[in-house]
Amino acid sequence: MFVKIEPRPEPSKTMRYLSPLIAAFLMLVSGVILFTFLGKNPIAAFHAFFIEPVNDLYGIGELFIKAAPLMLIGTGLSIGFRAGIWNIGAEGQLAIGALFGGYIAIIFHNSTGFFVLPLMVLAGALGGCVWASIPAFLKTVFNANETLVTLMLNYVAILLLALLVHGPLKDPDGYGFPQSILFGDSAMLPILMEGTRLHLGVLLVLAGVVIGWIFLMKSFAGYQIQVAGLAQKAASYAGFQYKKLIWTGLLAGGVTAGIAGVFEIAGPIGQLLPSVSPGYGYAAIIVAFVGRLHPGGIILSSLLMALLYLGGESGQMNLDLPSAVTGVFQGLLLFYLLATDFLIYYRLRINARHREVI
Amino acid sequence: MDFDLFIHILVAAVAAGTPFVFAALGELVTEKSGVLNLGVEGMMLVGAVSGFIVMAKTGSLLAAALCGMVAGGLMAGIFAVLTLTLMANQVASGLALTIFGVGLSAFMGLEYTSIGLPGVPEIHLPFLSDLPVVGQLFFSYNILVYCSLVLFGGVSWFLYKSKTGLLLRGVGESPKSAHALGYNVIGIRYLAVLFGGAMAGLGGTYLSVAYTPMWVEGMVAGRGWVSLALVVFATWRPARVMLGAYLFGAITIAQFHVQGFGVEIPAQLLSMLPYLATIVVLVFISRDQNIIRLNSPASLGITYHPDM
Repeated sequence: MFVKIEPRPEPSKTMRYLSPLIAAFLMLVSGVILFTFLGKNPIAAFHAFFIEPVNDLYGIGELFIKAAPLMLIGTGLSIGFRAGIWNIGAEGQLAIGALFGGYIAIIFHNSTGFFVLPLMVLAGALGGCVWASIPAFLKTVFNANETLVTLMLNYVAILLLALLVHGPLKDPDGYGFPQSILFGDSAMLPILMEGTRLHLGVLLVLAGVVIGWIFLMKSFAGYQIQVAGLAQKAASYAGFQYKKLIWTGLLAGGVTAGIAGVFEIAGPIGQLLPSVSPGYGYAAIIVAFVGRLHPGGIILSSLLMALLYLGGESGQMNLDLPSAVTGVFQGLLLFYLLATDFLIYYRLRINARHREVI
Repeated sequence: MDFDLFIHILVAAVAAGTPFVFAALGELVTEKSGVLNLGVEGMMLVGAVSGFIVMAKTGSLLAAALCGMVAGGLMAGIFAVLTLTLMANQVASGLALTIFGVGLSAFMGLEYTSIGLPGVPEIHLPFLSDLPVVGQLFFSYNILVYCSLVLFGGVSWFLYKSKTGLLLRGVGESPKSAHALGYNVIGIRYLAVLFGGAMAGLGGTYLSVAYTPMWVEGMVAGRGWVSLALVVFATWRPARVMLGAYLFGAITIAQFHVQGFGVEIPAQLLSMLPYLATIVVLVFISRDQNIIRLNSPASLGITYHPDM
């Protein structure tokens, strides 16, 4: 048998949208195999991991709570990724956003004014921006590789948050635990629905994704980013300033990650802790790719990734499955996506009998 | 500063720098073939946990080191299939490899998190190890540290003195020309990527079996990423990789020594040092674009397939 790879005359649109679905399917199949390998009943494990967490209203609320930061950050990152800017620092930008927003909540914790929450969101956005502007500055001025700088800054940010929560921001009446005071009501996102923890932040995130979509698809800056991502030379011939694109790409990720950080502490967490994210900043990278760097796709892929988080927790409680399985699934999903993307640009021609003579 | 302490710090810097030596020299060979694998952190983690498990089960350092290398190599194999055969984007695939490695290593190591290992004894040479200063500086390490020195010699010789090394560098500069001359570009790149993975895995095993003989989730703590930065810092030259590795080894251990001098600095602030130093070094080396352009393999990070 003779298999030949040949490029398609033009990239397949069908495969473009089909490949994330194939990847998700392959991930589920791998999951079933992995569960069996771990000595669990695959059907029970599948149920516990993918169905159980979302079979009631509360569960659906949790799904959206977990999906919200992923879709917001994923949208922000996708803007940078489209321009070929590899910001993998969302985890750190999220931590600094939470730090800035949390600081506002702590200094105004006796205030009942409605200004506290908007101020926190602004501070969070600023914090994310500050952190993302470091790699943007170093790349535009010194040509320093943004992938490595953003990654290094993740470690620095997480240590900085831990340092402050262990020190000046620690609750003086907290028996020495490294955590801030509990935020006042004015600093907490209101709950949208009885019986769930669904908070206002989720709605705001959806609005944010729409804004991201408008920016990317309808604005001139968004158009420049798309062109730069497809053909950098063409973009520079057209006079698009690459430096401006670097700033836009990185700050988009910084703003969204910073706000997502505030929504975490003002939503499900309610105070500052040394660690405020279970790796949302990294998971959002996968969300952006699986969502085809498109806001619509990112909404869907963030729900899938959120389900993986919930499944990990549920599998741990019900079946004694290690929660680290979540990370394995996340990685597998991205592998499968990268592998199936091959089929967008190429097709396999299988000739069983004869080889064409050219 | 007192002289004994100075020697002590140098020795500790070599021990702390050795994981960087393994991982960065491996990545150097990979990058010289024109492939950028950002998955070093993930490969090191999987190598660390695999080596640790084997060491805990068998007590054999050789078996642990081999398994760490095989595990790192297998991880690199996934990357190679994605980027070399399926022509996926190298940056995205490398990130995926790290994310996967973080999850997989945490998963594999669950039952091993609270176990301590005896560690690897230092080699004691009669007479040589007992020499003042020299003995401590050169003859007081465990076998893996000497392996990393052999690796340095081997990689330097291979890249600059052997014909295959010349070919590998040729593939990294111009895969098209190498292909036109009849060489198997994809095959050579596969080997280079697998070698890089095996060395990252060995670096991870060194960490979990010899340096801090225990397994903790995420224990590589960014060393894979620092190794990537080291290759840039070294402008793709093995001797400078060694220099950078020991320099970063020294920065990593600085946090323990600063507190020893009675300086009151919060632990987290000191832990930031290696990451901040990496950024400073990157800025310093990247500010002249020509240095990077002249020294980096010309086809680095660019997908190539002869059939296309």
